[in-house]
Amino acid sequence: MSRQISISVCMGTGGLAAGAQEVMDKLSTELAGVGIEAQLHSKKQCDLHRVGCRGFCARDVLVDVSIDGVKTTYEQVTLDRVHRIVNEHIIDGQPVEDFAAGEDYHNFEGKQVKVVLSECGLIDPEDIEAYLKVGGYEAARKVLTSLSPGDTIDTIKRSGLRGRGGAGFPTGLKWEFGANEQADQKYIICNADEGDPGAFMDRSVVEGNPHVVIEGMIIAAYAIGASKGYVYIRAEYPLAVQRLELALKQARQKGFLGDNIFDNGVKFDIKVKLGAGAFICGEETALIASIEGKRGMPRSKPPFPAQKGLFGKPTVINNVETLANVTYIIRRGAEWFASLGTEKSKGTKVFALTGKIKNSGLIEVPMGIPLRDVIYGIGGGIEKDRRFKAVQTGGPSGGCIPESLLDTHLDYESLAKVGSIMGSGGMVVMDEDDCMVNIAKYFLEFTQAESCGKCTPCRVGTKRLLEILTRITEGKGKANDLELLENLSVDVIDSSLCGLGQTAPNPILSTLRYFRDEYVAHITEKRCPAGVCKALLTYTINEATCTGCTMCARVCPVKAITGEKKKTHYIDQSLCIKCNSCYDVCKFNAVDKR
Amino acid sequence: MTTAIMEDTITLTINGKAVTSESGKTVLQVCRENGIYVPTLCYDERLEAYGGCRLCIVEIKGQVRPLSSCTTPIREGMEVTTESDRITRLRKTVLELLLSNHPNDCMFCDKAGSCALQELVYRYGVRYDKYYGEMWNLPKKDDNPFISYDPNKCVLCSRCVNICQNVVMKGTIDMTGRGFYSKPDTAFSKPLTPDICVFCGQCVSTCPDAALTEKQAMGKGRVGSVDRVRTTCTYCGTGCNFYLNVNNGKIVKVTSDYEAPVNRGNLCVKGRFGYDFIQHPDRLTKPLIRREGVDDTSPEVLKNPMAVFREAEWDEALDLVASKFAELKAKYGNDSVGGFSSSRCTNEENYLLAKWVRAALGTNNVDNCARV
Ligand SMILES: Cc1cc2nc3c(=O)[nH]c(=O)nc-3n(C[C@H](O)[C@H](O)[C@H](O)COP(=O)(O)O)c2cc1C
Ligand code: SF4
Ligand code: SF4
Ligand code: SF4
Repeated sequence: MSRQISISVCMGTGGLAAGAQEVMDKLSTELAGVGIEAQLHSKKQCDLHRVGCRGFCARDVLVDVSIDGVKTTYEQVTLDRVHRIVNEHIIDGQPVEDFAAGEDYHNFEGKQVKVVLSECGLIDPEDIEAYLKVGGYEAARKVLTSLSPGDTIDTIKRSGLRGRGGAGFPTGLKWEFGANEQADQKYIICNADEGDPGAFMDRSVVEGNPHVVIEGMIIAAYAIGASKGYVYIRAEYPLAVQRLELALKQARQKGFLGDNIFDNGVKFDIKVKLGAGAFICGEETALIASIEGKRGMPRSKPPFPAQKGLFGKPTVINNVETLANVTYIIRRGAEWFASLGTEKSKGTKVFALTGKIKNSGLIEVPMGIPLRDVIYGIGGGIEKDRRFKAVQTGGPSGGCIPESLLDTHLDYESLAKVGSIMGSGGMVVMDEDDCMVNIAKYFLEFTQAESCGKCTPCRVGTKRLLEILTRITEGKGKANDLELLENLSVDVIDSSLCGLGQTAPNPILSTLRYFRDEYVAHITEKRCPAGVCKALLTYTINEATCTGCTMCARVCPVKAITGEKKKTHYIDQSLCIKCNSCYDVCKFNAVDKR
Repeated sequence: MTTAIMEDTITLTINGKAVTSESGKTVLQVCRENGIYVPTLCYDERLEAYGGCRLCIVEIKGQVRPLSSCTTPIREGMEVTTESDRITRLRKTVLELLLSNHPNDCMFCDKAGSCALQELVYRYGVRYDKYYGEMWNLPKKDDNPFISYDPNKCVLCSRCVNICQNVVMKGTIDMTGRGFYSKPDTAFSKPLTPDICVFCGQCVSTCPDAALTEKQAMGKGRVGSVDRVRTTCTYCGTGCNFYLNVNNGKIVKVTSDYEAPVNRGNLCVKGRFGYDFIQHPDRLTKPLIRREGVDDTSPEVLKNPMAVFREAEWDEALDLVASKFAELKAKYGNDSVGGFSSSRCTNEENYLLAKWVRAALGTNNVDNCARV
């Protein structure tokens, strides 16, 4: 018997939360119990290993079993499923169809094009040998031993790579600015702060393939002439930090970091700096202040970090995903990269797809793909087949895109045209049950709380914007509030110091642009069309459909519902706290909320 | 501080007029050099530009967004517009937002008349009621002898923080909190005490409104009712200048003279807060001569140390001093005497003393206490 067995268990944060460690342990003991290694005569032939995030977190724990190259993916593997997988598949060679990933998984994977995530979920992120096996550090070797810094920059320029941290600035050009500065010390910083609510793209890359980011940093450092690097990563990402530290240690041992990289006299090493979790510390100048030990507050540009950055020295800051792309561009060529995507937006983009979508998770798609393909293709459509209402891209700095614009292409220019942004890759899907005023309020709550307080328009302006939105959702909106919202939004955008304030009103402007009637309904009719804004809701029981089953009266926490068995029930409005319990529990749809 | 001194000159246009200045300067500096008005709140020449208040924003051709002139270096051929409909509107919004969290209190405020915020609000004609919502209602902090801090009046310009951190190099205060709730404060909001604060009052001197004020001066007269007398500090040889603010013959506080060549508005605790000796009832105003035959340990002297002295007229006192000097010189020689002058005297007074010691006493024994 000379079977090659490979088993990989998804152990990103999502996998681990779903119990991947337990599944891994159980697989290991079951395999040992049946003496698989003994049967195969070699440990090499049965490779049980962890992999990073595979994206489809909703179906974790994902386990791949390959026998002689034939792979079966199992989803939602729990401890009680392990036994059958081992016995039926690994011992008897019969894949367990009952647990195999279904149509959703294949739809989810189908339209994706994986570059940055290509090795996440494939290799063991804690083992540098696994990375070396797929060609790891060859790109850095090639650059350091056969390309000049100028050629390296040129390659990145030709690839058309733009920064994935939000603004989409051409990476090659940024490097050129850094390279052109004369200084005794330069720095490269990897921005792994990732503060957007709901975003986990960068975390997954660092957890799933830390070496690809380190390699990108080595290449960038060489191109600009930096001998020191920092990874600024939030402390709330313990697993990513741990894997990154481990990867750095391994890279140092192999001589990929140190005083004489590839025996080429190149000196470069990387420090990890933990962020304390302030969103603003993702902004490059605030990030620099934070590394310097100061309060994380942005400063005006110019001078740009490439001219005057960390400790006053020329500094290039790139996002995790940008740096990961760099490695693949060198590995596979600028032309290959430039062949993906659109004219001005090259390559792929990783998104964290969440909200009211069937298949949520981490996805990577070619730039320029229509939104519809993401939401209805990869995402499988709206949860519970409700009606799609809008999709929010770009996190708190982005905008909401309505159904009529679902054919918008996912690239920097097209998104800007419809009033949103690419941002770092948040994508939140909303359905008919979402109130757009409330959504705008949600984002403003975030930006208002995360404003650093340095400049007036953002510090006070976002607060006042939030207050206006709040009073609208409470039915206290005034006739001129929409005008006030619009004017103040524009002024905050125009006069704020940094990107936070300059984009914070975007969710308001885009919802006003596409869902103005919802705002108007709140203000003039004191009505929330989506039935979300509590203060505007009234719960009543419909005489015609109520069967008098008493369910609602039993769940009401404040005993606001009265009625005899088999007779129409009644809600005392003065007692009702609008908790929605009766609405949820009624089997006859007899509770109306308006 | 930039060490590289670049002498290149740069020509740019401001409001359509060509102006020339040295490279390395900011748009704001060049505007001010040319007498072009640009409003500021967070700017203080003594500090590195902060760019926070957003009042000094100007339009620069080719830039989508207005830029803060205090932080933007001039470039050759730059076209700057310092006031336009858009800029005016943005400035008004900034002021309206500031007012939306500022007590409408000018009538009672010690700073009225010398308040930068009040001046800007007047100039741009904005009113209190455009934006409204939550306002701070924080307790005033004045648990120290000198400085009163009313956070409710703070406009978050950070000047106090920047001066304490980067000019005084003390770091007693920093911005705390986030967003709308950010404010300058000490660590853990502890009171100002001598172990953390030198009470130089630099923070008070830079505060553009009445958030930080001189505690002792509260209610003792504001700008219209005081005379400002420019003078030189008598404490040490540095010779810092400042203004004594005098109301009805009574000194109520010291304010900075930002033009002073020696100290540019900066002062230490003695200069800023140590003025009470001037009109103190214990101050000596007449010469005192030791009474003959009084025992220093007598109960009378122990009870009142001044009892060893009696008041005299200047002529009598000077005669006595002169005769004693002459006596000593005759008995022990010229070098047995000398002059020791005070750094609290002016330069001219010190010169006179040295001259007198050499010419009249005939010795070179001259010294001064200004050793620091
Ligand atoms: C409020 C704010 C938050 C930001 N947060 C992040 C972040 O979490 N990660 C990131 O890579 N860039 C973030 N950025 C963008 C960075 O300032 C910077 O442009 C980026 O790291 C540059 O890398 P790139 O050129 O590779 O995109 C943020 C910007 C702003 C204004
Ligand atoms: S825009 Fe907001 S986050 Fe940025 S500097 Fe101003 S206050 Fe701070
Ligand atoms: S008095 Fe001086 S040391 Fe004290 S807080 Fe103010 S500036 Fe700082
Ligand atoms: S206390 Fe005064 S100087 Fe300090 S930030 Fe507030 S307004 Fe500015």
